[in-house]
Amino acid sequence: MTRIVKLLLLLCVLIATPVRAALTIEITQGIEGAIPIAVVPLGWRGKSPAAPENIAAIITADLNRSGRFEALPDRDLVSHPTSAEQVKFQNWRMLNVDNLVIGQLDETGDGQYTVRFELFDVFRGKRLAGSSFPTSARDLRRVAHHISDIIYETLTGERGAFNTQIAYVTSNGIGKNKTYTLLVADSDGYNPQTILTSKQPLMSPSWSADARQIAYVSFENKTAEIYIQDVATGSRRKLASFKGINGAPSWSPDGRQLALTLSRDGNPEIYVMNIGNGELRRLTNSPSIDTEPVWTPDGKSIVFTSDRGGSAQIYRIPARGGQAQRLTFEGNYNAGADISPDGRKLAMVHGQGGGYQIAVQDLQSGQLRVLTDGQLDESPSFSPNGSMIIYATGAGNREVLSAVSVDGRFRQRLSLQAGNVREPVWSPFGK
Amino acid sequence: MKRKAGSFIVLALVAVIAGCSSKGDVKEGDVAIEDRGTEADGGAVASGAAGTTDYAGYSLNDPNSPLSRRVIYFEYDSAEISDMDQELLVTHAGYLVANPGTHITLEGNTDERGSREYNIALGDRRALSVQRILELNGVSPDQITIVSYGEEKPAAEGHSDAAWRLNRRVELVY
Repeated sequence: MTRIVKLLLLLCVLIATPVRAALTIEITQGIEGAIPIAVVPLGWRGKSPAAPENIAAIITADLNRSGRFEALPDRDLVSHPTSAEQVKFQNWRMLNVDNLVIGQLDETGDGQYTVRFELFDVFRGKRLAGSSFPTSARDLRRVAHHISDIIYETLTGERGAFNTQIAYVTSNGIGKNKTYTLLVADSDGYNPQTILTSKQPLMSPSWSADARQIAYVSFENKTAEIYIQDVATGSRRKLASFKGINGAPSWSPDGRQLALTLSRDGNPEIYVMNIGNGELRRLTNSPSIDTEPVWTPDGKSIVFTSDRGGSAQIYRIPARGGQAQRLTFEGNYNAGADISPDGRKLAMVHGQGGGYQIAVQDLQSGQLRVLTDGQLDESPSFSPNGSMIIYATGAGNREVLSAVSVDGRFRQRLSLQAGNVREPVWSPFGK
Repeated sequence: MKRKAGSFIVLALVAVIAGCSSKGDVKEGDVAIEDRGTEADGGAVASGAAGTTDYAGYSLNDPNSPLSRRVIYFEYDSAEISDMDQELLVTHAGYLVANPGTHITLEGNTDERGSREYNIALGDRRALSVQRILELNGVSPDQITIVSYGEEKPAAEGHSDAAWRLNRRVELVY
């Protein structure tokens, strides 16, 4: 009895411990036709000789990481203007950059700063965007990502997804010394924060639509259970602990329901739980495996994996119940689906004899395209603007995260210094 | 809370029994033990468990007994049990019938290929196959608990056919 209390205390201590290891990002496959842009280091006025954060470097990395931009290397910058009147457009035209970003970082008080930026169209000599943000030291990176979002949206017409987060699971050690950790990091891999550590497996994180909570599976009691946890406070609640499988939680777009897999009636079936009152509604009824539910963005349907046809394939069923319809026909294994934020594309783990890759299927045309070339790629998750897919892949003897653009042209790797990283899920934009 | 404490004692028993029988076990047995009850060390309850052993000459903690074989292996994406393993399970069933107070946990596992939650379902299906044979041979459902770890607890690390073969398994945990 006291031992159980001790274990619970230990678990509480382990929740919300920061880790030092940061994700690093390495672009593994670039694209042609990226927009050339110059981001000039921001001017700095403050007590210390150096700025507390290199805002321009963060913006440059964001833009490069999107695959849509190619930032001019620092050494090629011809001058370092920090205000509009210092900009000589003809110099930048000669460098063939289409766009120019400049700005200023000022220390305004104790730990308080103001970040100002301006974006120019170099060829027309025109200011396209600009803003000033008061902020604390802690939020400087966030402000930089916000500026990246503004630049991205101004120049591509699409919403940027830099100011979002990813959740993922790591495992370290082997055998009985294995430790499983659930983390949340900024979308560029910085600022990783542990939200749960356990000696037993942690699995299947799923964000709430407001990006404030995460549902996941924990085996901490030597059986699968589903919890929901507030990301900021760490407080959590056990939601499902039935006999057998409690797995694959997926938050509904309205935030009130959770789709999940339970095997309490004999074999794995898809259920929908009302999070408020715990009420369950069973959606599937087949003697086969039914699992991995995900909601379509309109909340009307649920897409899931089933081997009712003899092998694992993706199906769709109305969220209110009804007939399941098969969606995938290419390949002998399709599982672990995610749906793009516009509801038009399906990403999945695709097996076709030669290993498992990430594929995207256009739901209207049915056309399937394999995006990756790993042997054991899994857990695809769309960025909230639909432009990228983050997934888990093998690198040597380790599991790492990679991201690929939805058109397959641009790929990058995110890697921790040690251990295995997997099950990435990109947060929604949040509120 | 009371029930939790009860199941905890069972886990402690399991860990102690496992500890007794592990030395000199076959390789897969050693690996299985690594996965068990890391938090459990309840030595006080060990003697009670070790007392309830003999069935047809087989003892649970005799490394030479067939009961020391506690891992059933599977083919890729399959939950079918080989004839040889069926025989082994009949022996385990005999022990469990003769010792109705003994409890067993069937831990279903898969190799790392494919998606993780699908593998949880596949591990569950394998454990159910084992459960079915035990029950067909007279074991009470109350004596059996099933948990699927999917690909989360590999017995062998690595990404080869050899590792995958060792990982597609159900472990019988007394």
